[in-house]
Amino acid sequence: MELRVRALETLLTRKGYVEPAALDRIIETYETKVGPHNGAAVVARSWVDADFRQWLLQDATAAIASMGFGGRQGEHMVAVANTPDLHNMVVCTLCSCYPWPVLGLPPVWYKSAPYRAKAVMDPRGVLADFGVQLPATTQFRVWDSTAEIRYLVIPMMPPEAQGLAPSELAVWVTRDAMIGTGVACSPAGRLSQPTDAPP
Amino acid sequence: MNGVHDMGGQQGFGPVQPEPDEPTFHAEWEKRALAVTLAMGAGGQWNIDLGRSARESLPPATYLGSSYYAIWILALERLMQERGLVTSQELRSDTAPTGSPAPFRTLHADAVDASLARGTATARRVDQAAAFAPGQRVRARNMHPGGHTRLPRYVRGHVGTVTLVHGAHVFPDRHVSHPLPPFDEAPQWLYTVVFDAQELWGAQGDAAVRISVDAWEPYLEAVQ
Repeated sequence: MELRVRALETLLTRKGYVEPAALDRIIETYETKVGPHNGAAVVARSWVDADFRQWLLQDATAAIASMGFGGRQGEHMVAVANTPDLHNMVVCTLCSCYPWPVLGLPPVWYKSAPYRAKAVMDPRGVLADFGVQLPATTQFRVWDSTAEIRYLVIPMMPPEAQGLAPSELAVWVTRDAMIGTGVACSPAGRLSQPTDAPP
Repeated sequence: MNGVHDMGGQQGFGPVQPEPDEPTFHAEWEKRALAVTLAMGAGGQWNIDLGRSARESLPPATYLGSSYYAIWILALERLMQERGLVTSQELRSDTAPTGSPAPFRTLHADAVDASLARGTATARRVDQAAAFAPGQRVRARNMHPGGHTRLPRYVRGHVGTVTLVHGAHVFPDRHVSHPLPPFDEAPQWLYTVVFDAQELWGAQGDAAVRISVDAWEPYLEAVQ
């Protein structure tokens, strides 16, 4: 694919259909500006600001836009909150729909056949694949993103995080917690640490 | 289309394999594949549903055996060839492009930020009222169109409950009906419909699990 894509870019540039500087700009955007640190800031604020949380749950697109995040693959947002009794998980069984403005580009596993196949049938088993176990009494709610609505999970704030400022809380909000394949947790002692800070 | 892309509930793929500290891209070509796909899409010669349809229409073994960005490139090549933007000969050789380029709205560097920030909203106004309301029981139609659709197979024929009404959105099944602009953006009401896992999976369903899809009105019928 390396050669094939390079040849394709060369061809399209020669024809004037693409501009290499525009491609660089797109890549730079998703490598540095748009990523899960955006969603983490949204969630952290929702943990300490009850009015914002209410707004986020009622009109996620507007509430998220007020923090400067929006656009491609996040045109129509819905935020769903976990509770002690309910765990939300987001999938796209048909392709790879994912809320780019708040989470960046999807990880490989999100686009993979195992996740797309399993999440709607066995979400508890999916969590186990991530090393996460919830109480047997927890209800699961799986959101299959089959249209242009994009879902953001608001994980529960860990009790130990009580009293921290939003800027300190953001690192507790992992990408996986905002997809629903993880839970928010202390940055200390985290086994795998999805990028939750700007590189 | 009842394609291999419609993966919900398929078995045998094994466990999900998260990658610790996963990088945004795994190779340089993945970066360029993403960027070329987005830049060409911005040219407006196809829409998101035509793009998805091209990916879903790849040979099943190719779809299952290719990485996601490889699928994007294979579909992109097909979309461009179908519209005469490139020829198969140009794609397969290192020779200079033949003939003059087709007219094309090129995405320039100084327009990238605005293009990404704008996105492509699919909500549209409609005159007719929504047929369903939150709390209403509906059945996902038992339909198997050969073309593009966004109603996954695993809910077809099953009864669920409308929980959210998202307004009217461009209807994918019609959005693919014209290969070139202007596209048919006739909207349909869009709902979130929730199903009990045991309604979908029978005895294998977990009583503590509910699953929703977002379904356009033509995918649904009222249940008495």
